[in-house]
Amino acid sequence: MSILPIETPAAPISEPPSLVWRRIRRNPLSFTALCVIIAIAFMALFAPLVAPYSPDATDAGSALQSVSWQHWLGTDLYGRDQLSRIIYAARVDLSVAFAATAAAVAVGALLGAVVGYRGGWVDNVAMRAVDAVMAFPAFVLAMGITAAMGNSTGNVAIAISITQIPAYLRLIRGEMLRVREMEYADAARTVGNPAWRIVLVHLLPNCLPPLIVQATLAMGFALLTMASLSFIGLGIQPPQSEWGVMTAEGASHIVTGEWWLFLFPGLAIMITVLAFNLVGDGLRDFLDPRMRGIR
Amino acid sequence: MGFLNYLVRRLALVLPTLFGVSLICFFLTYMLPGNPAMVKAGPFATAEHLAEMEHQMGLDRSVPEQYVRYVTGMLHGDLGESSATGRPVSQDFIQRLPATLELNLAALLIAIAIGIPLGVLSAVHRDTFIDHIGRVVGITGVAMPSFWTGLLFVYVFFYLLNVAPPPLGRLGSGITPPVHITGLYVVDSLMTGNWIALRSSLHQLMLPAATLGFSVMAPVARMVRSTMLEILESDYIKAAWAAGLPRRTVIYGDALRNAMIPVITILGIVFGFLMAGNAVVESVFAWPGIGNYAVTALMTKDSGPIQSFVLFVAVMYVAVNLLVDLAYGLADPRIRLR
Amino acid sequence: MTELLEIRDLTVQFESDAGEIEAVDHINLTIRRGEVVGLVGESGSGKSVTSFAILRLIRRPGRVKSGTISFNGVDLASLSEEDMRQVRGAKIAMISQSPRTALNPVIPVGRQISRLFQLHAGLSAEKAEKRMLEMLALVRIPDPEKRARQYAHQLSGGMCQRVMIAMALATSPQLLLADEPTTGLDVSIAARILDLLRELGARTGAAILFITHDMGVVAEICDRVVVMHAGQVVESAPVRTLFNHPAHPYTRALVRSIPRIDRDVTMEPIPGSVPSLLSPPPGCRYVERCDWASERCRLSRPPLTEVAPDHLVACYGYEERRGAC
Repeated sequence: MSILPIETPAAPISEPPSLVWRRIRRNPLSFTALCVIIAIAFMALFAPLVAPYSPDATDAGSALQSVSWQHWLGTDLYGRDQLSRIIYAARVDLSVAFAATAAAVAVGALLGAVVGYRGGWVDNVAMRAVDAVMAFPAFVLAMGITAAMGNSTGNVAIAISITQIPAYLRLIRGEMLRVREMEYADAARTVGNPAWRIVLVHLLPNCLPPLIVQATLAMGFALLTMASLSFIGLGIQPPQSEWGVMTAEGASHIVTGEWWLFLFPGLAIMITVLAFNLVGDGLRDFLDPRMRGIR
Repeated sequence: MGFLNYLVRRLALVLPTLFGVSLICFFLTYMLPGNPAMVKAGPFATAEHLAEMEHQMGLDRSVPEQYVRYVTGMLHGDLGESSATGRPVSQDFIQRLPATLELNLAALLIAIAIGIPLGVLSAVHRDTFIDHIGRVVGITGVAMPSFWTGLLFVYVFFYLLNVAPPPLGRLGSGITPPVHITGLYVVDSLMTGNWIALRSSLHQLMLPAATLGFSVMAPVARMVRSTMLEILESDYIKAAWAAGLPRRTVIYGDALRNAMIPVITILGIVFGFLMAGNAVVESVFAWPGIGNYAVTALMTKDSGPIQSFVLFVAVMYVAVNLLVDLAYGLADPRIRLR
Repeated sequence: MTELLEIRDLTVQFESDAGEIEAVDHINLTIRRGEVVGLVGESGSGKSVTSFAILRLIRRPGRVKSGTISFNGVDLASLSEEDMRQVRGAKIAMISQSPRTALNPVIPVGRQISRLFQLHAGLSAEKAEKRMLEMLALVRIPDPEKRARQYAHQLSGGMCQRVMIAMALATSPQLLLADEPTTGLDVSIAARILDLLRELGARTGAAILFITHDMGVVAEICDRVVVMHAGQVVESAPVRTLFNHPAHPYTRALVRSIPRIDRDVTMEPIPGSVPSLLSPPPGCRYVERCDWASERCRLSRPPLTEVAPDHLVACYGYEERRGAC
């Protein structure tokens, strides 16, 4: 336990743009992944413009067709175009993943700050609660919550969110504790810094890098969780299109050889999660080389 | 003495966690929207019947009382009943547990057998082609949803190549299970010399174990790699090189021995991943384990099994992590001999 | 008769994110049989790098850019990896700083010594164990049988260092590279380690390259001293000559910085700090900190010249002012 206050900059040290650009260039993979995510988000946002067909347009005549020029990713049992369905499904997947992660960050950070600031028994109880929540594998807990709350998109988002809160809570709490210790050692304490000032000036700049990295990586995980939940029948149900649901629908067609039905939705999941992971890794290197450790 | 100390401390930490776990599971079972009595009583129940059911289930008591009922019931092995099978959940669980255990063990073996060498090679040949391949495999593996991997395997190995059996459970059709000793078909058939059952059970186990194993392989490989890299930069390894020890001894002897200790810690997390993946992988392969049980119960709106599954997994996870910690304490001489 | 170790024109570079670092710049160094040579300089002067270069252990991101290292007349670079491996530990051994971290934490310390006997001397397991216990007794570790079974964390710092010395001297090497062996040890323990080293060196006839930043230790144990600054050798002289008649300004500053009991001396820190080795000046690297610095010093590197028997100095300023000292 050090007696001397640890020097932390009040604001992140600014770098010359040339060095920043050099660091971005050093990680072409992450940069590409970022572009991929932006492209997917764009596609989801402008789905009506991008998708060649309406996702619900059935066409019995072209049912169960493989990859072709008219239907790039084939059609399903009802003749619906898979590509269009996948594009529209992106909306659900991305928005739930984003909503769940954002909510977890907001709630977790807030709780962490409060708990870290108050300390004492509040802190103790909170930490035991966090331990209890983290005693469940995240997916299993999400299963339980969704099953208990009922199947709906919102409930899935809430369930995933709950499983992610502890991580952010711990992160912010840790920072808050560190800052508080600093404040006690700091002579300026006698002036009495108000809480909001502590948060803004000291807490945020230090928390932001690991928070952003964690949140980005968590988006991928949230997406995987959601897709897996809907695959086993929890949360999002057919006929709503979502990548996990679509993969489940395609599963029964494997034995009859219609491979395109399960392959592409799953591929969409994989590409998106991979992109989030690569961006997260790249951000980790970029934002704080000290966090890097061994790559 | 140091180890005993360690053991006691770890045990003490576990108790409040278990308490918290039981609280959360209780909350999930009773407090969230939806009336369990209504589910049990069925859609045709009259108001009195419903009230009667509520009384029977203790739903009219105060919350703390209900909690106590819940925990005592749990400790007596009473996890409620499944409306689908009509039997106590605990009975169904016990019957199906060996299947899950077998799957998880096989998956763990695969994950370790591939993950550790992959991590070591990646570290030793850092930043070369081998390393890049390893990292690509690792990072894509983590991004692949396990159900998709499973389906992919089924499509390629069953439908296209015909080397795997149809995903219909633990044994091929028409083959009777071996004599029940452990409940693990592979082990039992080995022990009783039942070669037909052995062959069939291995054959059926192949794909689901590979799927589950593949999904947890990446964290193992990644951790082995980063641990090895750190160790290879350590003072004692540099001293080992300076002392003229041969390469094989330095890397696969000295370094690896040190690397395996932290890797033990990740086994707990791996177990968590395995149990998380259970529900999904078992449902892809119609594997009759507890994960599948919980999932199929959902289709009949039977929430008992799934909440029991959640509880069971959490308790197991805590127990396994504790065991892993203890194993770590035993393995690391710095802790053992203090 | 050839010298035991001759380093000629050695340059070692390291790649970093910011560019290439020249850790060692065209240095020359000689060690004769049985002599104790001190290699002194501040942190970052390239001392440890030199010792790793001798053992041919410079790995990525570093590389040996030029120069030869001859051991007993044989160019070490010409040896196969297998032959070099047999030189390491057996003919040239190293003791590093921080003794506890230099021992493998999960292998009993006795085993770490005895396996060297098996490896380099081809002894059987029992014979190796016997020799190991003898070595432990030689380095004055009490109750060797018990200690041999223990792990590094159960031994004190001083004992760990003794174990390291036992490991290094196990196969009677001809050259011992001691990299700051007393740094981090209690003063009294350090003194005893020094005694031990000196005694064992004399007994086995091994030469010692004693790397340190502590001039006091140098005065105690060394026969000859080589002074390095920022990767360059600036002076080399017998120990008495160095302390009584230091030539190079850096050496003078180092000698002046030793606290003395016998006179009132103010502590004089050496001004400035080691220059960045990323883009080093073409000339003498001491130029920014030197009172005698001239334009010539900045532009060209002063060669190591013999100014007295066995006394080499690399300094234009000294050459100019010689005689006036």
